[in-house]
Amino acid sequence: MFIEAKQINKVYYDKNNKPNTVLKDIDLSIQKGEFVSILGPSGCGKSTLLSMIAGLVSSTSGDIIVDGKKVVKPGKDRGMVFQQAALFPWMNVTENVMFPLRKEMSKKEGLERAQHFLKMVQLSNYPSHYPHELSGGMQQRVSIARSLAMDPAVLLMDEPFGALDEQTRSRLHGQLEEIWIDTKKTIVFVTHSISESIKLSDRIIVMGTRPGTILTDIRVDIPRPREQHRQEIAALEEQIMGLLKTEIDKVIDEEQAYEAGS
Amino acid sequence: MKPAVKRIIFFAALIVFWELGSRFELWHETILPSPISVYDSLVAGFADMTLVYDLIASFRRLLIGLAAAVIIGTGIGILLARSKTADETLGTLVLALQSVPSIVWLPLAMMWFGLGEGSIIFVVILGGTFVMILNVRTGIKNVDPLFIKAARTMGSNGLDLFIKVIIPASVPYFVTGARLAWAFAWRALMAGELLSSGPGLGYTLRYASDFGNMSLVIGVMIIIGVVGAIVDLMIFQRIEKNVLKRWGLET
Repeated sequence: MFIEAKQINKVYYDKNNKPNTVLKDIDLSIQKGEFVSILGPSGCGKSTLLSMIAGLVSSTSGDIIVDGKKVVKPGKDRGMVFQQAALFPWMNVTENVMFPLRKEMSKKEGLERAQHFLKMVQLSNYPSHYPHELSGGMQQRVSIARSLAMDPAVLLMDEPFGALDEQTRSRLHGQLEEIWIDTKKTIVFVTHSISESIKLSDRIIVMGTRPGTILTDIRVDIPRPREQHRQEIAALEEQIMGLLKTEIDKVIDEEQAYEAGS
Repeated sequence: MKPAVKRIIFFAALIVFWELGSRFELWHETILPSPISVYDSLVAGFADMTLVYDLIASFRRLLIGLAAAVIIGTGIGILLARSKTADETLGTLVLALQSVPSIVWLPLAMMWFGLGEGSIIFVVILGGTFVMILNVRTGIKNVDPLFIKAARTMGSNGLDLFIKVIIPASVPYFVTGARLAWAFAWRALMAGELLSSGPGLGYTLRYASDFGNMSLVIGVMIIIGVVGAIVDLMIFQRIEKNVLKRWGLET
């Protein structure tokens, strides 16, 4: 297995020292080159799990292994794309993409590499623009190019298109799919959008909330490009919707109970 | 109407009203000299070079003091942002001292540095340092955690993370700190010069006052105000605006 999570638990303590289990007994394995979505309602710990693979958050118990090595801290073998592009505003597009490269290669090599990946996300015409001059979708593409430029084994994406409008999102779905086919990267993609996960991934890990657990692991066998298989998509969407319905009800019930209690 | 046109009309009206008031003796010339006599004394002051030397001397002190304030302020600001213990101890002292107008240090400064340049520059430095410290501290503490997370996933940490990400990310606060430091330093400088020996704008102001030359007093006041406004508008606000825009903080 390329990425392996074994018996992951994560417990936060709130102000009154009350434990709050975010993730409970997560077991997950992902193969090299797979496009896996982690799908779940907000609060199910899917982003926390992704941050753990990135090495930004530590688990309370349990280990994550990536490519045979235990994850203890962030590393360039795991690129991460966040919901916000997180580009550095004081650097232009090219400088941003070169940021992770500056220590391991010469300026010239870094520049060539940056140009290559900017071309891949179709932004080769904007090398000296600054982030504030780009639209949200363009910023996110720069951010993807920046992650790809360091040639990570895994690309971790935390609701990367969540803040974009529908049309931009749909275009970026197509681009990401192409990039995935070209680069054969392993992608772990966190989302709360059912249709997004079906459109993009080989496998969908559906998570439930309070505590965060894996409800089911669905293999998506619909051939690509998937737009042509609307019926299968609709059927799968309904199936997942049914699964998540009870979860979302659970969240609402708890919130109401909380409000009634306070 | 353009703001510049509005401004010109406003100031022209103000001067006309002031001149008319003097002509019709609504107030006495010794209480408020007319704009024409203020103008005459300014011309005389520049003609015999005293005001030129004053400006040079004042700016020299200001630049030395402000540069020191920005450097010291940045250093201590970084220390407070990075060390919790320093923030809890030295930080409290900084907050307390910040509310003390720097001119009240002058008597002490005169004991330490004598009645000359040293004391005034010391007061100017104190005037600018505290506000710089607080802005640098806030800037570094308020760096978007997302930048730090993103940088860490790209293999940056420790000193590299601090120099390449945290410092540049807090530049807008540095600029605001420097602008406020300039404003405080300028006020401290004038106060310091009023109470010490010349040359300098503040010294000339007191000198003119001692000789009952009210038109020169007003002339110097106008210079102080105009210089302050020009530096603020032309230099600091312009830089601040550009930085805020680039850093995506301006909507």
